[in-house]
Amino acid sequence: MSENAILRAGPSRVVAPVPIVSAAAQTQPHRVNIAASHVDVFYAAKQAIVDVSIDIGEHQVTAFIGPSGCGKSTFLRCLNRMNDTIPICRVTGRIAIDGEDIYDPGMDPVQLRARVGMVFQKPNPFPKAIYENVAYGPRIHGMIGNRAEADEIVERSLRAAALWDEVKDRLDEPGTSLSGGQQQRLCIARAIAVSPEVILMDEPCSALDPIATARIEELIDELRQNYTIIIVTHSMQQAARVSQRTAFFHLGVLVEAGDTETIFTNPRDGRTQDYITGRFG
Amino acid sequence: MTDAPLPIASPRRPNLSRRRARRRAAERRFRWYGMAAIGFALLVLVVLIGGIVRTGYGAFLATEIGIDVAFEAETIDPAGTRAPATLSDANYRTVLRKALAGAFPQVTAQRDQQALMGMLSSSADFRLRGMVLDNPSVIGTTQRVWLKASADIDTLRKADDIAVATTAGAGALQLLADGATVTLRAGPGAFTGLFADLAARRPDAVTNGRATLGSHLPGYMVETADGGLLRLTSFTANEATGDILLAPEAAPAQWFTLIVSPPEGDRRIDDRELAWYRALDAQGRVRTVFNTTLFTSADSREPELAGVRGAVVGSLLTLVICLLLSFPLGVMAAVYLEEFAPKNRWTDLIEVNINNLAAVPSIVFGLLGLAVLLGFFGMPRSAPFAGGTVLALMTLPTIIIAARAALGAVPPSIREAAMGMGASPLQTVLHHVMPLALPGILTGTIIGMARALGETAPLLMIGMVAFIVDVPGGFTDPATVLPVQIYLWADAPERAFVEKTSAAILVLLAFLVVMNLAAVILRRRFERRW
Ligand SMILES: Nc1ncnc2c1ncn2[C@@H]1O[C@H](COP(=O)(O)OP(=O)(O)OP(=O)(O)O)[C@@H](O)[C@H]1O
Ligand SMILES: [Mg+2]
Repeated sequence: MSENAILRAGPSRVVAPVPIVSAAAQTQPHRVNIAASHVDVFYAAKQAIVDVSIDIGEHQVTAFIGPSGCGKSTFLRCLNRMNDTIPICRVTGRIAIDGEDIYDPGMDPVQLRARVGMVFQKPNPFPKAIYENVAYGPRIHGMIGNRAEADEIVERSLRAAALWDEVKDRLDEPGTSLSGGQQQRLCIARAIAVSPEVILMDEPCSALDPIATARIEELIDELRQNYTIIIVTHSMQQAARVSQRTAFFHLGVLVEAGDTETIFTNPRDGRTQDYITGRFG
Repeated sequence: MTDAPLPIASPRRPNLSRRRARRRAAERRFRWYGMAAIGFALLVLVVLIGGIVRTGYGAFLATEIGIDVAFEAETIDPAGTRAPATLSDANYRTVLRKALAGAFPQVTAQRDQQALMGMLSSSADFRLRGMVLDNPSVIGTTQRVWLKASADIDTLRKADDIAVATTAGAGALQLLADGATVTLRAGPGAFTGLFADLAARRPDAVTNGRATLGSHLPGYMVETADGGLLRLTSFTANEATGDILLAPEAAPAQWFTLIVSPPEGDRRIDDRELAWYRALDAQGRVRTVFNTTLFTSADSREPELAGVRGAVVGSLLTLVICLLLSFPLGVMAAVYLEEFAPKNRWTDLIEVNINNLAAVPSIVFGLLGLAVLLGFFGMPRSAPFAGGTVLALMTLPTIIIAARAALGAVPPSIREAAMGMGASPLQTVLHHVMPLALPGILTGTIIGMARALGETAPLLMIGMVAFIVDVPGGFTDPATVLPVQIYLWADAPERAFVEKTSAAILVLLAFLVVMNLAAVILRRRFERRW
């Protein structure tokens, strides 16, 4: 059977974007922040994402789960057009943030990335001072006029990333001199320093120990108040702990998306069931 | 996949330790090969540099002769005006000749006086003029002035290859002068030693118990305690006849016999000059000093007046042009190709051609420079501007390749981080990629510059091989460069240029060492961890 046949047989075409329901803890329904419809992504001739449509709510944590190579990172990188930097990559379909089509020719990817921040799998601080790491984004976006403003943004961002107390006396040391977990929090601080609306996190804890992971998860939970967060993770527990909504990808297809609780307790699709119970992947 | 564990049980254990021993032996062997290779390389380096230093160090020393010069007012400035023009035009050769006559009053023949002058560098009278112009109050005084010796005297002192064997003479020496010839008597058998020496060396020079000497035979001389020197023309074991080189007293208290080899005909210094030199040396009037001329003057036909300054300045000017052209062009080309250019057939083609260009023999660039820069654009010949342009063409591919490698070695995660922050591609390159690639780019650039510094062939094509006696003052002045200077001196017939050649090589090597040190320091400064 060809790959396409499997894909066509999949439910992605059938299942309309799942209606947004508030997570258990919330009382108010969430406004749709990101709306993707019929997104296809190709690497040269190879299709990595097949007709994905999903709505992502504001001020929520959405987790992308799925087996390795299913296209989670690819889809995530569509949301801030990081795929533009890969010459062979081609994206079709519509992705709107606050109703604005981000693939519109009038949209500047550089400005978009200031609105949609990203934290990568491997901590990648700039080989510059901690202070410079955080101040860099606001500076290139013209958000700071003088040193006092810069100091203020750096402190606020580092506090928000729960790193301030650990680094406040060593802001001049290189960011690369921090531990892995601290580096990842520095990358989060760097991302939120430009006051984005959305933060994309691609397996942010995969290189960290359980304690550092717990701190990042705590941080994600706090950041949810102000930011829309999308996190790719291979850990079912992590998805269950930090997210309100979960989307399951398989072979480039969005199999199922819904409330985290529902996905984990009562998935509609057999493949989701198999994946979360550890039967494949 | 499979549940059955792989059988790694007992039968493999003994093997394991043997394999470990083999592996360790291989590692030791490998380390040893590496050390041997390094040792060999160091040995070659030491032999090479040692050889150059041994032949070249002499050029860093100069021989000076102290002459008591009377700056007589009636010769220099008879009118007493002290006008600079008068002082400048005065005949300082006369002053010098008088001073030499004062040092060697017995030398009266015109020809001999000329030879005496020849012991000093031809620049000696300029030196005296310089002294007077600097300070006219020396007129009327007598001063000991240390003047540069001629190249032959300089070589005589440094090479030290004229052997003089001295033996004390027995008995009272009687001298009977007859014009310029002298008959020497000092009891029976006084010259037996000399006679035996000559008979052993050149039996053909002895007939009937009498030796007849000539310029093809070693010199046999008699020196007296008061500084007289006689060159024997013929002698028996008991008596001798000779010429006066330096006049002795009639009855010297003590005397010595001298055997001077090689023969006069095989040396650049004749017996007369040797006698004068020995006399001056005995009076402490010859000294060896650091040769500042080597670093303060440009090329010259006179070895003792030739220096590397012209070539060093020429090299510097040429390198400046080379750097100014090749560094920005090379870095910009590399940044475009590595960071911005689409990867397609055109960029592949460009890449292949850049790599080919790096392997083109340098003389081809010289031909190109001759045809295009001089022929078409009409740039001045022999000038650092054209030379630097040619070298820049040659260096460009090296810089592009090194810069691309350095840019490519910057981890992509840094680019992703910057792009993810909303940095534009240009900001990403300027703020993040370039600072990390800079050490590599600088290393590549300095390697390219070092190659350009040592390059001769393309510069020969554009005429930088000319004999130029002025230190170039600008980019369009005729100039030569260090490697070409080395080539020119290596080709010069005078023996004194041999050590000059090695000295110029040492200067070139020092230049290279300084450049490489700069590379190391720059790299240390810019190097960052990620
Ligand atoms: N730069 C690229 N060029 C070509 N193909 C790519 C590229 N990046 C990803 N792919 C392909 O796209 C598919 C999806 O990859 P993606 O990285 O999105 O998977 P993923 O779900 O993030 O996997 P993982 O959990 O291992 O990170 C894979 O088949 C991969 O081979
Ligand atoms: Mg991934």
